[in-house]
Amino acid sequence: MNSISKTRERLLKRELSCAELTEMYLAAARRENGDLSAYTLITDEEARRAAAEVDARLARGEKLPPLAGIPFVLKDNISTKDIKTTCASRMLEDYVPIYDAFVWSGLKEQGAVMCGKGNMDEFAMGSTCETSYFGGAKNPHDLTRVAGGSSGGAASAVAGGVAVYGIGSDTGGSIRQPASFCGLVGLKPTYGAVSRNGLIAYASSFDQIGPITTCVEDAATVFDAICRKDPADMTSRGAERVSGRLHSDVRGLRVGVAKEFFENLPAEIASAMERALDFYKRAGAELVEIAFPMLRYCLPVYYILACAEASSNLGRYDGLRYGHRAETFDDLDDLICRTRSEGFGQEVRRRIILGTYVLSAGYYDAYYNKAQALRRTIKNRFREIFTKCDLLLTPTVPVTALKCGAGLSPVETYQTDICTVSVNIAGLPAVSVPCGFDGAGLPVGMQLIGDKFTEARILSAALAFESGTGGAYLKDSGRGVSL
Amino acid sequence: MNYETVIGLEVHVELATESKIFCSCSAKYGAEQNDSVCPACCGMPGMLPVTNKHVVDLGIMAGLLTNCRINRVTTFDKKSYYYPDLPCSYQITQWFSPICVDGGVEIETSQGKKIIGLKQIHMEEDAGKLVHDDWTDTSLVDFNRTSVPLCEIVSKPDLRSVEEVIAYLERLRTLLRFARVSNCRWEEGSMRCDVNLSIRPEGSTELGVRTEMKNMNSLSAIARAIEYEQARHIDALERGTEVLVQETRRWDDVKGQSFAMRNKETAADYRYFPDPNLVPIIIDDEWFDRVKSEMPELPEVKAARYVGELGLTEKDAETLTASRAMCDVFEAAYPLCGSAKDTASWLIGDCMGMLRKKKLTADDIAIDPVKLAEIIKMVTAGEINRNAGRRVLAAVMDEDADPRAYCEKHGLAAQNDEGAILEVVKKAIAANEKSVQDYKNGRTKAMQAIFGSIMKELRGNGDPQTIQRLLKEELDK
Repeated sequence: MNSISKTRERLLKRELSCAELTEMYLAAARRENGDLSAYTLITDEEARRAAAEVDARLARGEKLPPLAGIPFVLKDNISTKDIKTTCASRMLEDYVPIYDAFVWSGLKEQGAVMCGKGNMDEFAMGSTCETSYFGGAKNPHDLTRVAGGSSGGAASAVAGGVAVYGIGSDTGGSIRQPASFCGLVGLKPTYGAVSRNGLIAYASSFDQIGPITTCVEDAATVFDAICRKDPADMTSRGAERVSGRLHSDVRGLRVGVAKEFFENLPAEIASAMERALDFYKRAGAELVEIAFPMLRYCLPVYYILACAEASSNLGRYDGLRYGHRAETFDDLDDLICRTRSEGFGQEVRRRIILGTYVLSAGYYDAYYNKAQALRRTIKNRFREIFTKCDLLLTPTVPVTALKCGAGLSPVETYQTDICTVSVNIAGLPAVSVPCGFDGAGLPVGMQLIGDKFTEARILSAALAFESGTGGAYLKDSGRGVSL
Repeated sequence: MNYETVIGLEVHVELATESKIFCSCSAKYGAEQNDSVCPACCGMPGMLPVTNKHVVDLGIMAGLLTNCRINRVTTFDKKSYYYPDLPCSYQITQWFSPICVDGGVEIETSQGKKIIGLKQIHMEEDAGKLVHDDWTDTSLVDFNRTSVPLCEIVSKPDLRSVEEVIAYLERLRTLLRFARVSNCRWEEGSMRCDVNLSIRPEGSTELGVRTEMKNMNSLSAIARAIEYEQARHIDALERGTEVLVQETRRWDDVKGQSFAMRNKETAADYRYFPDPNLVPIIIDDEWFDRVKSEMPELPEVKAARYVGELGLTEKDAETLTASRAMCDVFEAAYPLCGSAKDTASWLIGDCMGMLRKKKLTADDIAIDPVKLAEIIKMVTAGEINRNAGRRVLAAVMDEDADPRAYCEKHGLAAQNDEGAILEVVKKAIAANEKSVQDYKNGRTKAMQAIFGSIMKELRGNGDPQTIQRLLKEELDK
């Protein structure tokens, strides 16, 4: 695994050209993708185009933006003009967008080198990457285990050394959970920090784009590159850059601990958490006990609201203008019905039906409205919490990477999101940082949750841990490119 | 038994904005099919709506015109259903918190004045249009109209007759056109109306079974549809011809009948919920006051002022105030030329006539008021005669010509030199012996022929009164 700064240094020192670097990553991606299924598509042509441009800029002696020339993976629900964007769904298997997502066009302008599109759970609905129409991404640390989801492909590519960093999206934990499973840093920014323009929507009031990286510094670099206000997304506000504001001094930092997040944890995860809390205490932080009884409502609130929004966002896939279309049908209704039954996988259909149900006449008040009211309560509770502490420390996932095909029921799978969904409900920023290993050597992640637009604070606390522990919890999968 | 008809209307008007409600595509009517479309309005995955603030301006204006209360925090909601002309499978509309509520519009009928209550006005996007190709037997979609801004004006069930309905619709149309909220063209579909109707025995306070009728695209079709539906309801009640059910019906103006489309049981469940992509619109005092300050003086107030303060006849005042564009030109031009009466006369007599010849309406007037005033001043001062003035006016209206330059270029300056005119008069008398003889024999009409030849000689620029006077003097010598 290579960090952005290390890779950039090699490029700037002209020890290798961007074209050479890119070829190394493309070759590795090709070689490893059979094992990892990290990419739904390897975009050689686009990568080579960008690399040539970067080399030309280097040759002219231009000053390069931080991400110029760095190979990365873009989750396959972020629109790329003239390049397939499938959402890992049969519905969009051959869909080619006619415009660029705001985030992608910004990265392209900086000279970022996209090696391919990251595998994911279909339409970002899942926690294992296994709902992908193309088969789930594997965990580079143990190929019999999942990379997590939904941004599993991005995490798998980064941990597998076939991309330096990844851009994912996080609706209920989809960046943080695979980062945790793969031993990476995953940042879910404050809602509104990054434009959603061009991100194929799952649940619009929850979705947020963010980085998956090998270290905290990289997460800050990528965040700074994408956190711009976009007039084409009314909910986008942009955010202040964090690089240059990061530090590792946690003296006086009030770290909140809510016991509800630590209930029923497996022993290895519990002890990793203990050690992390202990680290902060010894480094001069103050541990503050916080009550968060709302945690038990977070999963139902999330699944009701996210599914409601999904049922509406995915309505446009009717086979009439783009995407899959049923070959035989009787009439218009039949065409739409068959197209959607064929084009969507089981989990997507389940969530559409669930969402349709909670919005239906007679059920709206009982489900959607009640969940909205609870969402407000949860937001208010977080507001209170952040008057008492500067950030909350929780596990990212109450389990480590699951076995492929573990066959959990939908509800059991949903339960693995327990620690991450509250963050999306309240639109807060949170980062997952590696903090330990289980008995099988699989990574464990902890989550630092901050108040809105305090990315600099949670990343500083993460950096303090990462550097204070001497990188003890970073683990190389031994795969991919090593510089 | 006598019955009372209870009617409530849902009127849709297209808002007169340059661009669509949630993207920057042109909202103009009449573009080539699928020319005014972008990834946002044709529902491409990942595209997001961005509210056009001018739509909100017009929404507020519609509310002010109809005495509504304006909701200072207003939100957009999604209305879900599947149809090929709806690319996102939902229409963005206002369900939970419409921009205007609780208003009223005063109408006048043969029964006197009456206020028709308004329940609400909400903003929403229009859908696309299906175009059926009979040759290949396929349906295609034109997305030009998708996301064109609309507002829906929902009345209370306060209307009782066709006459009231027509008066209400005409009043709404006048108000909305005058404030430039909408051009309200029935024939282009920029004004549409659904009729909710029920019948009850006179004196009863309970409402009967209500049906909703769609697809009327003119006032006369609405009148026919109401009369048909009234009769159908009464027949059902009196003679038991059928059992009335709450349903939506389609009016067929060719057949002169309404047909059931869907009833309560098969009605779609639209699953309304707030659109998370659109942040609530907060109309602060500054915004509200700005729109309020742009509210025009209403036509009847203007007309009264034109009569009372400017001395126009009631007929002229009414004619001018039927069109906002005419009023704007009038009010800009008359202070410049100093005569309201002359300005009105030029606008009504000449400008409107020229517009009519081109099959245009008063609202289509496009003339620089400064230039109109200039022409009027030149005619009043006798620099050009009225006929020449008309020629200049035509040039100004057609090609925005400069009045003075045009006069000079075409030699339109009035011939006011009496000596010169007298020369021409004498020459004409000498050349028209027969007419002169006729005149002397008492056929005064013969003077007209001589007058014509004089005017021709002066290329139309002689002052007619001077010519008349000199000619008569010479002939009577």
